Amino acid sequence: MKAAVDSGADAVYLGFRDATNARNFPGLNFSRAELEHAIDYAHDRNCKIFLAINTFPEAGNAAPWHSAVDDGAAFGVDAIILADVGLLAYTASKHPDLRRHLSVQASASNPEAIRFYQEEFDVKRVVLPRVLTLPEISALNREIQVESEVFVFGGLCVMAEGRCALSSYVTGQSPNTNGVCSPACAVRYEDEGDRLVSRLADFTINTFAPGEAAGYPTLCKGRFIANGKTSYLFEDPVSLNAATMLQDLAAAGVSGLKIEGRQRGKAYVAKVVTSFRRSIDSTHDSNVEVDDLISVTEGQRRTAGAYDKTWR
Amino acid sequence: MSHLVLGPVLFNWPPEKWRDFYFRIADEADLDTVCVGEVVCSKRLPFFADYIPEVIERLQSANKKIIMPTLALIMNKREMESVRSITALDEPDILVEANDISATSLLKGRPHTVGPFVNVYNEGTLDYLARNGAQSICLPIELGLSSISALAPNSPTELEVFAFGRMPLAISARCYHARAHGLHKDSCQFVCDKDPDGMNVDTLEHQPFLAVNGVQTMSHGFVDLTSSLDDLQEIGVQRFRLSPHDNVDMVQVAATYRAVSEGLMDPIEAHSLIKMSMPDITFCSGYMGDGIACH
Repeated sequence: MKAAVDSGADAVYLGFRDATNARNFPGLNFSRAELEHAIDYAHDRNCKIFLAINTFPEAGNAAPWHSAVDDGAAFGVDAIILADVGLLAYTASKHPDLRRHLSVQASASNPEAIRFYQEEFDVKRVVLPRVLTLPEISALNREIQVESEVFVFGGLCVMAEGRCALSSYVTGQSPNTNGVCSPACAVRYEDEGDRLVSRLADFTINTFAPGEAAGYPTLCKGRFIANGKTSYLFEDPVSLNAATMLQDLAAAGVSGLKIEGRQRGKAYVAKVVTSFRRSIDSTHDSNVEVDDLISVTEGQRRTAGAYDKTWR
Repeated sequence: MSHLVLGPVLFNWPPEKWRDFYFRIADEADLDTVCVGEVVCSKRLPFFADYIPEVIERLQSANKKIIMPTLALIMNKREMESVRSITALDEPDILVEANDISATSLLKGRPHTVGPFVNVYNEGTLDYLARNGAQSICLPIELGLSSISALAPNSPTELEVFAFGRMPLAISARCYHARAHGLHKDSCQFVCDKDPDGMNVDTLEHQPFLAVNGVQTMSHGFVDLTSSLDDLQEIGVQRFRLSPHDNVDMVQVAATYRAVSEGLMDPIEAHSLIKMSMPDITFCSGYMGDGIACH
């Protein structure tokens, strides 16, 4: 959080240390006391804190999600980011003045869905699913009355977010219910002498030759056999980088650029945020920043994902 | 009394085969409600759209209720228009099923149903959608027995559970059928028609894993909840969705579900019967079992 604030982020997303947010991984996230300190630190430096409560409350057990909303409001977060209709209804009725953003997990990919969240729950900003092309984002922004935000750097979900049960199918835990995808507790690497096998629960996700860098077995980035061929059927082990598209995204009416930082180290966050800050503040030559970012992408190839139509 | 629902055909079948499938369902299947329309890919709809009126007429003549589902993922004007035109339907005998929140918005204040592609995980969302006009809600595939048990007793709408067929697990902007054939979605040549029950996806160790149906990813195994019907009916779930497949006799599946739901057939016997009549298919209890889902 401090690295992001100090490097020039306008706002930082945080979550509580439980299943109420979609980055519920060990060693991440904030206690109540830590959140209060974080708000002070950020506000002293003219930076906003957005609280992510973007999983779907468990049936019969809404209390942890309601208390996350109530505590966020009491501590004075600048906005909360939500995905569940029931939780949006709760928040709009209990804390009408608390600014609400719509999480990418709500999968609001069209003007009618966004209008619904605006009219029913007074949502002020929507994070767009990573399914839309640049022209589609531009067309969408002309039809909606709220701010939009897009992912520009970090992981790339290839499925429509909030509508993917692949992780729970394999591991029993999913982004929607547990706030995790392909969780580490289900990962095993097995050295079979002539190859290293990465597994997620009972399934082989990839194999690597000796000396080959073994990536994390995120299940949609594995190699599988279909139609008689072995391939990265869903997606290559790439990460998202839309650094060369910042001007296009601004022209398309996008208000917020989102960098994935919550599963990353301080050095990574500082480097990426600094690069994007510089890029946005200078109106030209953003390609220089792209080269800067190669060192933090861990040798992974980069893609502009769905923003580029040929990705589909 | 249970209510058996035939879900929409999720696959890309030749239009005449699609029509004839529904004709046989109309004439022979013991089902209460039949869903007719395209949920997965907007590019497929034009092929069979002309057959929809005669299919609906035949089903209605056989006393089946009709549900018209909307697309699950709407990304462009053409898809949005499709949702607008279906939700604008003013036919007293046809209910529209919302599969995206945009459709629930357009159907506000009118009786409709909600399909399994809208995220309904808890009482708050259930109550909201009921007030919005939902008469029945097919719960997302991910909900297990404990969640359904928490929702069903006080549910303001009828609840439906996806009971038979490959489980729809994810949807994407990208077409994996096209990608597997070296094509892009825009020039896909409709290669998803090569796999009328989905394209099998195996791990590198040839372990059956998933199935691809165009932009949709499904389970490799088929869920069969015959052995959970008693539990589900006891907690108040009355609607069961059977998802159409090509290599399956759906008339027989419907008859088996009817017999079990009315206590006329032992659930274990029913599951064995289904397994025996479809020896090439792996069956599972999906998210109803303890722990990990379907393998």
